Amino acid sequence: MEKRVTFGKWTIGILFAVPQLILIFTFFYWPAGQAVYWSLTLQQPWGGGNIWVGLDNFRSILANADYWNSITASLTFAAISTGLAMVIALVLATLTDRQLAGSRLYRVVLIWPYGIAAPALALAFRFILAPEAGFMAAVNKFWPGFWDPGLNGADAMASVIVAFSWKYVGYNFIFFLAALQAIPRSLIEAAAMDGSGVIRRFWDIQFPLITPTIFFLLVINITESFQDSFGIVDIMTAGGPANATNLMVYKIYSDGFRGLDYSGAAAQSIILMLLIILLTIVQFRFIERRVHYR
Amino acid sequence: MTIIKRGLAALAAGALSTALAAPASAEPVKFDFWFGLSGDLARVVDTLCKNFNASQSDYEVVCTSQGNYDATLQNTIAAFRAGKQPTVVQVYDVGTATMMLSGAYKPADKLMEENGYKIDYSDYFPGIARYYATSKGEMLSFPFNSSTALMYWNKDAFAKIGKTEAPKTWEDVGADLKALKDAGYDCPMAINISGNESWQLMEQFSAIHNQPIASKNNGYDGLDARLEMNKTKFVQYVTDLKKWYDAGLIKIKSKDLGQDMVQAFATGTCQVIMTSVGDHGTVGKTQKEGMKWDVAELPVYAGTERKNSLVGGASLWVLSGKSDAEYKGAAAFLNFIHDPKTALFWSTNTGYIPVTKSGFEYMKSSGFYDKAPYKGREVAIESLTASEPTEITRGIRLGNFTQIRAEFGTQMQAIFANKESVQDGIDALVKNGDAILDRFQQTYPNKTLP
Repeated sequence: MEKRVTFGKWTIGILFAVPQLILIFTFFYWPAGQAVYWSLTLQQPWGGGNIWVGLDNFRSILANADYWNSITASLTFAAISTGLAMVIALVLATLTDRQLAGSRLYRVVLIWPYGIAAPALALAFRFILAPEAGFMAAVNKFWPGFWDPGLNGADAMASVIVAFSWKYVGYNFIFFLAALQAIPRSLIEAAAMDGSGVIRRFWDIQFPLITPTIFFLLVINITESFQDSFGIVDIMTAGGPANATNLMVYKIYSDGFRGLDYSGAAAQSIILMLLIILLTIVQFRFIERRVHYR
Repeated sequence: MTIIKRGLAALAAGALSTALAAPASAEPVKFDFWFGLSGDLARVVDTLCKNFNASQSDYEVVCTSQGNYDATLQNTIAAFRAGKQPTVVQVYDVGTATMMLSGAYKPADKLMEENGYKIDYSDYFPGIARYYATSKGEMLSFPFNSSTALMYWNKDAFAKIGKTEAPKTWEDVGADLKALKDAGYDCPMAINISGNESWQLMEQFSAIHNQPIASKNNGYDGLDARLEMNKTKFVQYVTDLKKWYDAGLIKIKSKDLGQDMVQAFATGTCQVIMTSVGDHGTVGKTQKEGMKWDVAELPVYAGTERKNSLVGGASLWVLSGKSDAEYKGAAAFLNFIHDPKTALFWSTNTGYIPVTKSGFEYMKSSGFYDKAPYKGREVAIESLTASEPTEITRGIRLGNFTQIRAEFGTQMQAIFANKESVQDGIDALVKNGDAILDRFQQTYPNKTLP
């Protein structure tokens, strides 16, 4: 029989779990429960009372064309920024893993962007991408009217995507590099001796062996792109022009806190939560099948 | 070690001196004042608070900046729900309807009466008082920092096209902008089209032309008011702005693009802007060396009888649920702010205008408007008092107006990006704005505006 170290009484186990449970309850279940309650009522902002409206809040949100536009914008943002951040990070990590000249320096420097707070980084990118004053002003000089995030929705979306991806390249890079370095050197050396080139070795050995990391980062990046985009959008575009970058999380903020529509914002955050849960389930159900855990 | 000792000694000395300076009588009653100004303006408010505390020994106001107007309202609401609200809070103009329905305030006129202060409410400029008063004229809050929109014009540029005066009609503006363009100016006029500019482009324009923003006298007469700017002269105005933009006579300037309107004007890049009189000081301080400029009232379309422009800014609300002693302090504080001398201090150090006739007279008699940096600001008072306020130019009393302003920005951006025609864009603004008003009305069933 297998020997196991266990506690004599189940109460001790519970006691150990209690601090964590309290934390989760206070900071997640309680507010989430409150949000569900608010989403089913119409709250007066000053607490003067509320009325039960059932699913009316959800109905009016889902009937609103602006909200669907916001969902589309969020999905576009999530897909492109996750793709960019992961591909660039993977390329950089693979090159660093090959111990090219200066790779020790890159290893440190490439992590920094993740340490920068979103609003600060958004402010920096706002300067860089400003069509009249920044780096893009030079491009506009050669090609007048090429870059105009003030009126062109696609340009504005590109700006926030670039800023967000730049930050997450750093985050993804750490994980990719760690995963690549965990691959036994002997495997790669053996393949090299068999005559396979760098690209071949990457696709046949490294890539399959880091799929668990890729999958993990995919889930995290998509989730974060729905949530962490707020600070960047707020500083760079405030949801404009003409709602082109009004991502779901930003719309929740502007409706709830600026517009004092607490119930509508609560309903939107429930929808956002469901959407993220759904996306995560889809990823686990269909993509995880192709992941090889060792 | 010695540093620590010295520090301790300094601390002890400091404590001792404050103890000595404090009056022998009872501790002053403390109360909180939250406000939404930041930077330079916050420092002026802090000085104002210090002056109040130094002027008497019974009360002590603790002034805290919450960063901006939105945050002030949000934080106050959160504090109120938790029973920790400040006694006095600064709420911006468009938050007035929300405040009136909140049931969370003590009416300012009642507060002053209960505490034995006689305030002559007819002393307030009617254009300012009516914005914050109920439809029956009661003052629920005290006007505080106030401004209105003006047209800033570059005298040097206009001299080049043979003009010595600012255009008075929009027809003239069109001709002058064309002439400026032909004279080689790349940016005759700058505007911005975010939600913030709803104030000068839509609200001020509509008031001056006596055009409604919404039914029910702009919402003063009921929560069932709905938007109607898609049927007014505003449509013509946006059509003209768009036409001038397409012809290169108007450029869009915003911080996101690199330079905001005020900077563009102060550096001489753009020759005409419309912005708050509050920017008068900024332009003066940051202008290109030797540039000659002036301010004028916003233009009207030819044949329009000019009405008063609207006030912008914020008022001071006293919240419910505080002790009598705190209310006494709040009343003393509001009385202090009402004083003409405070008005002079306030307007000198900020760009805001005095809110009372006596304050304005006091400032005029002390020669404020004759001196160079402040000369021209009296135009704001002229604009605000161009006429007795009509039912429509009293102000705008609509729920969640912040969101309607945001919608204004959205639709203007769509119009200027050629995604929608002018009429379609303004129709969409009305449709989406009405949905916001619907929702506000549903949130407050069986309630009416005071």
